[in-house]
Amino acid sequence: MSDVTPVVQGRNLVKRYGHVTAIDNSDFELLPGEILAVIGDNGAGKSSIVKAICGATVPDAGEILIEGEPVHFTSPIEARERGIEIVYQTLALSPALSIADNMFMGREIRKKGWMGDWLKMLDKKEMERFAREKLTELGLMTVQSITQPVETLSGGQRQGVAVARAAAFATKFIIMDEPTAALGVKESRRVLELILDVKSRGIPIILISHNMPHVFEVADRIHIHRLGRRLCTINPNDYSMSDAVAMMTGAMEPPDDLRAA
Amino acid sequence: MSDTPGAARKGQEYEQTLDRSDKNVAAFQRQHSPIEKAQHVLHDNPTLVPVIVLILSLLIFWAIAGGRFFSAFNLSLIMQQVSIIGMLAAAQSLIIITAGIDLSVAAIMVLMSVIMGNLAVFMGIPSVIAILVGFVGGAAAGLFNGLLITKVRLPPFITTLGTWSIYYALLLWLSGAQSIRGTDIDTNAPFLKFFGNTIKMGGANVTYGSLLMIVVFLVLWYMLNKTAWGRHVYAVGDDKEAADLSGIRTDRILISVYMVAGFVCAVAAWASIGRVGSISPQSFYEGNLQSITAVVIGGISLFGGRGSIMGALFGALIVGVFQSGLRMAGVDVLWQVFAIGWLIIIAVAIDQWIRRVSA
Repeated sequence: MSDVTPVVQGRNLVKRYGHVTAIDNSDFELLPGEILAVIGDNGAGKSSIVKAICGATVPDAGEILIEGEPVHFTSPIEARERGIEIVYQTLALSPALSIADNMFMGREIRKKGWMGDWLKMLDKKEMERFAREKLTELGLMTVQSITQPVETLSGGQRQGVAVARAAAFATKFIIMDEPTAALGVKESRRVLELILDVKSRGIPIILISHNMPHVFEVADRIHIHRLGRRLCTINPNDYSMSDAVAMMTGAMEPPDDLRAA
Repeated sequence: MSDTPGAARKGQEYEQTLDRSDKNVAAFQRQHSPIEKAQHVLHDNPTLVPVIVLILSLLIFWAIAGGRFFSAFNLSLIMQQVSIIGMLAAAQSLIIITAGIDLSVAAIMVLMSVIMGNLAVFMGIPSVIAILVGFVGGAAAGLFNGLLITKVRLPPFITTLGTWSIYYALLLWLSGAQSIRGTDIDTNAPFLKFFGNTIKMGGANVTYGSLLMIVVFLVLWYMLNKTAWGRHVYAVGDDKEAADLSGIRTDRILISVYMVAGFVCAVAAWASIGRVGSISPQSFYEGNLQSITAVVIGGISLFGGRGSIMGALFGALIVGVFQSGLRMAGVDVLWQVFAIGWLIIIAVAIDQWIRRVSA
């Protein structure tokens, strides 16, 4: 494990908001090709540490390395330029705009030549082709048309568009925040399949979730966060869901050999 | 995952029956009732409503008032009459698409026409430079609105209610509450009246100002629909938070929208000198509300993110057609106002109904 360079590594991260220490000297690491689930009680600081990694907040101390190289993101836009994509719990889609418009929001393709250079004309055909290709790859073309507004899609389909957008542009890794929280049983199943599908393309995923069955099903490793720091990282095959819940709530001590430094 | 067909799927115990469940749930659901179908069509094409209303009102007034109404001369006159409010409505549309509202558009326009007039007519500065100063001033007035809304975080309604008064007071001060007479403009700076020139085609008298209005709408339509900036404007109006998370610098987009709107108001200012023939600080006092009227009748949602700017053009034309048609039918002016009021209410009601469309 130590001979692989982590895709992203956080060392001794600290973030304080006034008197509250949201991240307390925490470590973090995501290995190539894995799905790392991050679990923790409400207020444990799961989202704080993930925000620090994607540039949404700037940690007060500690360092973040991407493929071994130190980075200092000050906004998610910078992280995105490095190939880090985030699927927000709210999805961050514009309901009245089309699927293609949403997929390219903030990174539209312009036409080649003077039309694009001088008139800033968008290459809608190319964007629609690319969006269709990406959705088809992920088996999501049950939607009628790539130009239909996102608000006409079901919850699962919207999640699919958000995941497809992340998968299409991520080169380093994807962060998914509670991707199944708002979905029904069948749609959750579909999204879990999508997550595994994205993983099979070699893109590692950080999965934040409260849903233990989903976590245990797809995760390769589980990062348990408690009181602002990493308590331990466990292999889901070695522990039960109740062990994980016991550890994250403090009812059970983590095994000594896994205890984070 | 599973390369052996039929291998037990990794999943939760309670989900094992899912294989037998109805797989169609994620598929697109079809509505059947014709009303729901109409609702869907309108939802996809919000500009259809004003187009239909415009065509119907043209036909109805043709039937009532006859050929005098439906003549090339009268139709070109309607265009001319709505050209200034139409351009203000174009500026207003941009702002309403971002879920904002601008009560100061007409004040910016009249202020800029006063500045153009003062510079060119009284100070002897070349008209072209006076006009350019007005354009820069319009963009600056919009910038001021935009900064208050994004940096000071004031609601657009309150901001522009305030700047409406500020710009109005400024224009009264700069003009000394006096009009600049048309004859003074003709002798000192005739170029200010450029857009009052007409092209005669058959019986029609098409002013340059009417054509300018069409050009303004086409350019803004292009910007909104064919450029990344336009997509971002819609995204900001649709869901600002989502746009932020998608990496759109929403404040920058909002400021640019208010600046473009201010600039369009200044273009309308130049055209208004040709349209009115003089520069009057008292003119277009109701222009702010009339521009909102045109936008709303044009099917652009006051909640932002929805509607085509072309709707505002049709909205302005509908108002013009109603006023002209009712006048020719010999109806008292008060009933014209009455009819416009109903048009606004019905337009907003239709917008609400369309927005309730079930996915």
